[in-house]
Amino acid sequence: MRWIRAHLVAMAGLAVLGYLLIPNIVVIVFSFNKPNGNYNYQWTRFSLDAWTNPCGTPGICESLGLSLRIGFIATFVSTVLGTMVAFAIGRHRFRGRSTTNLLIFLPMATPEVVMGSSLLTLFIAMGIAPGTVTILIAHILFCLSFVVVTVKARIASLDPRLEQAAADLFANPFQAFVRVTLPLVAPGIAAGALLAFSLSFDDYIITNFNASPSSVTFPMYVWGAAQRGTPVQINVIGTVMFLAALLLVATGQLISNRRAKVVA
Amino acid sequence: MTEETSGDLRLTNVTKRYDTFTAVDQLELEIPRGSFFALLGPSGCGKTTTLRMVAGLDRPTIGQIWIGDKDITDTKAYQRNVNTVFQNYALFPHLSVIDNVAFGLRRRKVSDHRAMAMEALELVQLAHIAKKKPGQLSGGMQQRVALARAIVNRPDVLLLDEPLGALDLKLRRQMQIELKIIQSEVGLTFVHVTHDQEEAMTMADTIAVMNRGHLEQVGDPATLYEKPKSTFVANFLGQSNLLEATVKSRAGSIAELDVHGVSLRLPVERLVDDASSVWLGVRPEKLRLVAAGATHDGSAEINRLTGVVTDASFTGLATNYLIRLPWGQELMVVQQNDGTPRAAAGAQVTLGWAPEHGFALDAKQDAHAGAQDQADDSGAA
Amino acid sequence: MTGPMSAPVDDPAPPGLSRPRRARPNYTPYLLLLPGMAWLVVFFVVPTLSLASQSLQTGNVETGYTLTWHFQTYLDALSRFWPHFARSIFFAGSATVLTLFFAYPLAYFIAQKSGRWKNFLLVLVIAPFFTSFLIRTLAWQTILTDNGPVSSFARSTHLTDLLQWLNLTNNDSLMNSRFAVICGLTYNFLPFMILPLYASLERLDHSLIEAAGDLYAAPIKTFWRVTWPLSLPGVVGGTLLTFIPAAGDFINSRLLGNTRTVMIGQVIDSEFLRIQDYATAAALSFVLMLIIVVIVAVYVRRAGTEELV
Repeated sequence: MRWIRAHLVAMAGLAVLGYLLIPNIVVIVFSFNKPNGNYNYQWTRFSLDAWTNPCGTPGICESLGLSLRIGFIATFVSTVLGTMVAFAIGRHRFRGRSTTNLLIFLPMATPEVVMGSSLLTLFIAMGIAPGTVTILIAHILFCLSFVVVTVKARIASLDPRLEQAAADLFANPFQAFVRVTLPLVAPGIAAGALLAFSLSFDDYIITNFNASPSSVTFPMYVWGAAQRGTPVQINVIGTVMFLAALLLVATGQLISNRRAKVVA
Repeated sequence: MTEETSGDLRLTNVTKRYDTFTAVDQLELEIPRGSFFALLGPSGCGKTTTLRMVAGLDRPTIGQIWIGDKDITDTKAYQRNVNTVFQNYALFPHLSVIDNVAFGLRRRKVSDHRAMAMEALELVQLAHIAKKKPGQLSGGMQQRVALARAIVNRPDVLLLDEPLGALDLKLRRQMQIELKIIQSEVGLTFVHVTHDQEEAMTMADTIAVMNRGHLEQVGDPATLYEKPKSTFVANFLGQSNLLEATVKSRAGSIAELDVHGVSLRLPVERLVDDASSVWLGVRPEKLRLVAAGATHDGSAEINRLTGVVTDASFTGLATNYLIRLPWGQELMVVQQNDGTPRAAAGAQVTLGWAPEHGFALDAKQDAHAGAQDQADDSGAA
Repeated sequence: MTGPMSAPVDDPAPPGLSRPRRARPNYTPYLLLLPGMAWLVVFFVVPTLSLASQSLQTGNVETGYTLTWHFQTYLDALSRFWPHFARSIFFAGSATVLTLFFAYPLAYFIAQKSGRWKNFLLVLVIAPFFTSFLIRTLAWQTILTDNGPVSSFARSTHLTDLLQWLNLTNNDSLMNSRFAVICGLTYNFLPFMILPLYASLERLDHSLIEAAGDLYAAPIKTFWRVTWPLSLPGVVGGTLLTFIPAAGDFINSRLLGNTRTVMIGQVIDSEFLRIQDYATAAALSFVLMLIIVVIVAVYVRRAGTEELV
């Protein structure tokens, strides 16, 4: 009894962690399933069919390709714009700081239906047809704020005296930025880019509002599939995404751990 | 491309004003080339601001900075031939030690930067850790790397911003000696900013004492110590006893002063002006316990005061006394452990000192200015 | 007279020696901000205004729309759909409370008690977040399916009866029910509550807890009087990040609910994309936005804008 009381917090915490991970485990397990019908709810029997034929269902790999393309472009643009904004906020004084902070925060706090639908009204009013371009615009929009927040946090932890030391040692502002600031902020920018990519890749609601039948992203495909019937390939891709994410995050942690361990 | 300069460092009418206060006020300073110069003062006195203006990291509101006959006030920090050893070292964490040291050389496109950097590391005895990263080094090692990084560029002026502050006592003493040796070997002009008066006196050829943006006094350590020109300097460097005195007569070479009815003597040339009220100052180590009736020390006539011991602390090296005088004032006395019998608390004693060990200061100044136990100078009148 | 940086009264000293320097205005921050903020203004602020304008227009897709300041649209929309608003707030609110309840022990455990495993556990918390949330929500269909282990377990322990009594189930099925929707919402927004809480709790000085114990406080008292108040910034942050998106969500209720669990997000979605009654849809969207803005305003009032971003 004593042991339970002492470890109550630990047990509760780990139970919650289990709750977080169970759906992922279910996804992985059921990727090896071969269901009888269209839906993948019941475990029927073990099979590697879906794994050997990941593009088997029509449209799934095309949608994956579109999502990846949009993801990369949206990540690139939002990372560049967001990093610039983060530097402005984190390193300079200027008028309108409060408004800027608020304007960056609001997209993160706005429900996706509102953002998606308001963008739609804009495109309708401007006469732009929904499609890949409108999806891209929407993705850059909502990724921007998250990049700003991530990079800004990294900039805040940077010692400003390092840049002064660089100037003291004959580096002009451009050289100081490239040789000192950028290498030290790079991990934050990488984290921001990663976050942007995952937000873009995974988005359904906003994308749906601004898409057309010819521009089907992967989440849209999954949604459609949920109505018609869930092919096992979805689980395969879900598993790959999960493992890739785990690998990336773990690698990032290992690298920063290696750096930290080196401190005397 | 840095501008070619050489010569003395001069500051003319340098002022730095912020919205709410003035950090440096009309500073005039001349620092000879090749000397070890200290800027000494309590925190907030403007010494670091002055240093940053010389480095180019801040711009003076008014005034100019010269090296030789070249006005460098408007040149940017990265164009000046001035390098800084920062207080927290500011080593680039993502570069190795040798890359840190070579940083300035590479910006100026020096071709054999690696060899020169290694030479600088050898000067500070750290050639063996050239490949390590700053995060792997101790504080003392980082400080030496920062020094090497600045020295390797052979600047016209090398600025040191309280570089020894983060080191423990033993290491600090060691580094003070090492810095002096390196400076005389390399021959650069060193400007060392510190709030530690012992450090300044140990290392510097010339000290400028600053207080609230002003220069209090400039001179070599001995002059500053024995002949302070203000109560601030008298209290900031070491300790001083200040007695309210009235000048009774100035006949010949000795002046007669009256301190609460006691007659004390002071060489006339120590008096600052014609004022009749002065602070008569004498340092604790100049005061000695003498026999009750003694009037001379050998052939010289001495000044005498009587009082009661309120505290006697034996430190091994010396005994620190607090003596209460008949009018309530307490004097600090440091009696070296030279065999003189120690007095206990409550004992009646006589203090004696040679008149030429006293000094006079303007009576209008605050007797507590610069005293080290004052936590915040801004409250002082 | 004039500002503190203005020149002193003219004196005979040569210029440059006594005239103070004016700092050159720094345009860099504005140039850096321009592209990003322009994007936000054009694609966020303007659409919001466009949304508001759309909500006050009349017409339809064929004949086009005109701005007629038709406020009646709002009244009609609200009278038809206020149950959905209420339901959304109820679901989002319950999910937020539940996530707080679940997230706190985990965040506390990782922040204070996990030692060497801290980074590993954080990885486990973050990784699910990076995988397709649609797929994960679909997995809940599998988990709560009627013949699956979870449902059987719940039935045999009479948990199902309890939930049915609370009117959370769909007859005696856990799937396609209020229970499933709340489960899904809680699950999906758990990381949004864990991370701010963790950040707050990580900064908590453990010696404060020890001090409380030293001063005779029992563990529960210590939690309530010391830990909880100090973690409040994380609680508030997590609550904002959970409640707001949950209120507008419809994926969970679509995939895991039924016709009686329709949330306002679904209504907006269908009004826009299926029924194409843009005016009503815009009105509903705008009301939802307004509710959010009010909540954020209350927060900003108390805590300022620097902590937001």
